[in-house]
Amino acid sequence: MKFGVVVFPGSNCDHDAFYAIGNVLDKPVEFIWHQSQELGNSDVIILPGGFAYGDYLRTGAIARFSPVMKSVEKFANGGGLVLGICNGFQILLEAGLLPGAMMRNSGLRYICRQVHIRVEQTDTPFTNAAAPGQILTIPIAHNDGNYTCEETTLAELEKNRQVIFRYTTSDGADDAAGNPNGSMGNIAGISNRERNVAGLMPHPERAVESALGSADGLVIFKSMIAALVGARKATA
Amino acid sequence: MPTASAEIKVTPEIAAEHGVTREEYARIHQILGRDPNITELGIFSVMWSEHCSYKSSKVHLKRLPTRGKLVVQGPGENAGVVDIGDGLVAAFKIESHNHPSYVEPFQGATTGVGGILRDIFTMGARPIAVLDSLRFGEIVPGPGTSEEDAAKNRRILDGVIRGVASYGNCFGVPTVGGEVSFEPCYSQNPLVNALALGIARKEEIFLAKAKGIGNPVIYVGAKTGRDGIHGASLLASAEFTEESKQKRPNVQVGDPFLEKLLLEACLEAMQTGAVVAIQDMGAAGLTCSTMEMASRGGTGIEIDLAKVPQRETGMTPYEIMLSESQERMLLVAERGREHEVLEVFKKWGLDAVVVGTVTDGGIAKVLHHGQIAAEIPAHPLAEEGPVYRRPIAQPPLRHETTADWFPFAPDGTDFTANFRRLLASPAIASKRWITEQYDTSVRTNTLAGPGASDAAVVRIKDPKTGIVKCALALATDGNGRWCQLNPRVGAMHAVAEAARNVASSGARPIAATNCLNFGSPEKPDVMWQFSEAIDGLTVACSELGTPITGGNVSFYNETLGKSIYPTPVIGILGILEDASRVLKIAFRAEGDVIVLLGSLAVGLAPGSPAGGASSVPAEFAREFSSSEYSKTIAGIVAGEPPAIDLTSEKRLIDCLVALASEGCLESSHDVSDGGIAVTLAESCFASAGLGAHVSLDKDASAEFAAFNERGARCVVSVSPIKLAAVLLTARQYGVGAREIGTVHPGSALRIEYKGSAVVESPLDSLRSIWANSLERTLASK
Repeated sequence: MKFGVVVFPGSNCDHDAFYAIGNVLDKPVEFIWHQSQELGNSDVIILPGGFAYGDYLRTGAIARFSPVMKSVEKFANGGGLVLGICNGFQILLEAGLLPGAMMRNSGLRYICRQVHIRVEQTDTPFTNAAAPGQILTIPIAHNDGNYTCEETTLAELEKNRQVIFRYTTSDGADDAAGNPNGSMGNIAGISNRERNVAGLMPHPERAVESALGSADGLVIFKSMIAALVGARKATA
Repeated sequence: MPTASAEIKVTPEIAAEHGVTREEYARIHQILGRDPNITELGIFSVMWSEHCSYKSSKVHLKRLPTRGKLVVQGPGENAGVVDIGDGLVAAFKIESHNHPSYVEPFQGATTGVGGILRDIFTMGARPIAVLDSLRFGEIVPGPGTSEEDAAKNRRILDGVIRGVASYGNCFGVPTVGGEVSFEPCYSQNPLVNALALGIARKEEIFLAKAKGIGNPVIYVGAKTGRDGIHGASLLASAEFTEESKQKRPNVQVGDPFLEKLLLEACLEAMQTGAVVAIQDMGAAGLTCSTMEMASRGGTGIEIDLAKVPQRETGMTPYEIMLSESQERMLLVAERGREHEVLEVFKKWGLDAVVVGTVTDGGIAKVLHHGQIAAEIPAHPLAEEGPVYRRPIAQPPLRHETTADWFPFAPDGTDFTANFRRLLASPAIASKRWITEQYDTSVRTNTLAGPGASDAAVVRIKDPKTGIVKCALALATDGNGRWCQLNPRVGAMHAVAEAARNVASSGARPIAATNCLNFGSPEKPDVMWQFSEAIDGLTVACSELGTPITGGNVSFYNETLGKSIYPTPVIGILGILEDASRVLKIAFRAEGDVIVLLGSLAVGLAPGSPAGGASSVPAEFAREFSSSEYSKTIAGIVAGEPPAIDLTSEKRLIDCLVALASEGCLESSHDVSDGGIAVTLAESCFASAGLGAHVSLDKDASAEFAAFNERGARCVVSVSPIKLAAVLLTARQYGVGAREIGTVHPGSALRIEYKGSAVVESPLDSLRSIWANSLERTLASK
């Protein structure tokens, strides 16, 4: 089992994802340079947070044209697990691997703080280790996390149970008070229909030790590990 | 001599326009043995500007203590470096970007952050934390501040905050702390001081010394444009006038994305072993980097400007040499291995061009299309510039009487209403609205971000293995109001408070960096303030064992002839060997005992009457008149800062460090702005719904007891079973310890004095005032 963390010019949470997987979870992990065509036999691809290509033009708009994205697309279409965190989520949206788009936060300011997200679906490779409805405390840190999409797309997302994380208050209410950035439907994270590609704005890699304020992000990494172990058993 | 700019004949008048005095011009003539050409004049003018040469401050800075067991690199390099054990070192420095931040707040602040980050990674250290020490004019109208002024100050603050956030967030370094305060004197001249901390392996520290005759000189990073020409010399080295707004083109423009690439590329290039020396291009750009590298290395240097990557066409040698375009570096590589370095920069998509060579003979020669544009002996230029012993004059003593001082209300008064006003004042109110715009958690090292502990605390992972080695704490402090009233004592307080804040987080203070913000050095009373402040810093840093490892001086902080308060800002770095022992300010559990450590009750002199307002001794009123409470409640700024006792400060610091390492404390929060009432309230606000009942009977008067700001005090909470151990340790360190109350579950704060309430309120209402005041003021533009 191996994790690959893509490094775009301007990625700045690449080291954090690497540390969470390699040091905290003690799993094999390596960096993948954005100009690489190869994914180094990775079983999971992480698109980390940051400001790829300075987020010039639009968040993720330039990064999606990096050579590595062709391979990531192929990998995803072949059923490989891909998780986009924050800027990585924005890149997945731009690349069309996930539906929708990001707008500037409704308050028009960058926000960094701990938020609460509810796990909406547990039958995905990113959430299988979570309890249904579990509330996770995980930080956000972004300027453009205001998720939006067509009404019909939203209906599709809901119908196919693709909304996997929703912002809530600490009591679990998914109302305006629990919504930090104006996201449609309090959406914090979604998956594709096949459930092998997911993106979320909060940073699970920053919530992996209680010394950092929360270890709730671990459940997402542990879910991916469990999914891979399960897949291996199934093919064995 | 044929020169590229021969067409402009340099005259003393042109020299004067460059800020070069008649005497300095004569000195230039003496060094060159001839008149300078216009490019050379430009080079001399920036190198000898106040900002770059420290010509007015040098004689005083020499007094600062700079040596210490752990100091690896003191002042004079891009940043100070201290040993933090396990083969690791910390590089850190604070710098100002005041003038640009007034002229263009967003870009001024971004490039301030960008500049200090470059200073850190130039040393080979990866930046892991930034703190910002900010001073603005009043953001709410009041005495001396019109609504128009307040609105302007809010706009400046907004631009500065967005600038700091934009740069740090994109670069990927957490902004973990600092302070923000407000005084009318900063209205036309905000202070933006940015501190950065980086980590490196001890043997991998890089210096800016050109070495090896024949080694190639490589230019890397952004292309050179016409931006920021004379930023250092004309913007930072002269006071503001009505025309200063026209200097907007002198402000540089920042690109944090480019700097992030530059960081990664530089660190990777350094790993090749082919880099001999490196220097960033900050103030005075290519001029400063070439001249200083050659001067420090005792070599010469030759560069060809035609090879410098340029953003615009038709730039003259003068413009190229003086441009302050951001995100550029100059490095010296080992001859024959330059391709290794160039390869790395190519990988990161950055310009990297060999523009010259290291030469012997000590001459810096600048060519442009084969012609000599400048030819200057590097060492005399960089090191033998003018040094001024500016006249010093103590301003006339202020004659104040008790009528000028704070009138205490009688004991028995309920001060809750005043307390609410205090909590709402921008200086005391929660800074959450500001700090949430900063990425505080990237790099996953932040153990205590803004407001969680008295200092910002980040853990240190080994750069190679990621294993956590220790934690470092950082705090910045500087009370301009106190320094205005007494610069020497005020400066000592700045050091003591920063060190106390670091110790209150559990860390042992080990080193300091300073940013000295003052008015015009050409004014004898400003130089008196400066000299006094240096003396204060010297004594305090020596006593507290925190040598100064670097920093900067920012003079000419005045507008239309009016100086800011003298504002030395001190950053102190501390080390926590056990990263799990971080102390935070939040109360932890009901029933915990609240103990006041440090100077014991401020009692009355024997025989003095106790009780009513009139009986409060005059010296109490004098010191209280310099407090935040006095300013906010009575509009009085007068008197003297509290007296300072460095022995008590040192004892308290040592005691806190010992108690933290023994794991004896549940929380720790020092007493500072707003007095013990604010300290207690903040420890409640940070907790999960806990309150406090406290009695301050032993003090001189109720109002003084709750709100005075004397130093060397810290409020800690202790679990009852550890109380005896805490009291014993305090006694061993010679630190007073007084049980003043307990942590309550009731979610109310009650502070009483001799049986009657001084402050009594449910916490929710206090918290909402404190938490929302700043947002209400700033978001409602």
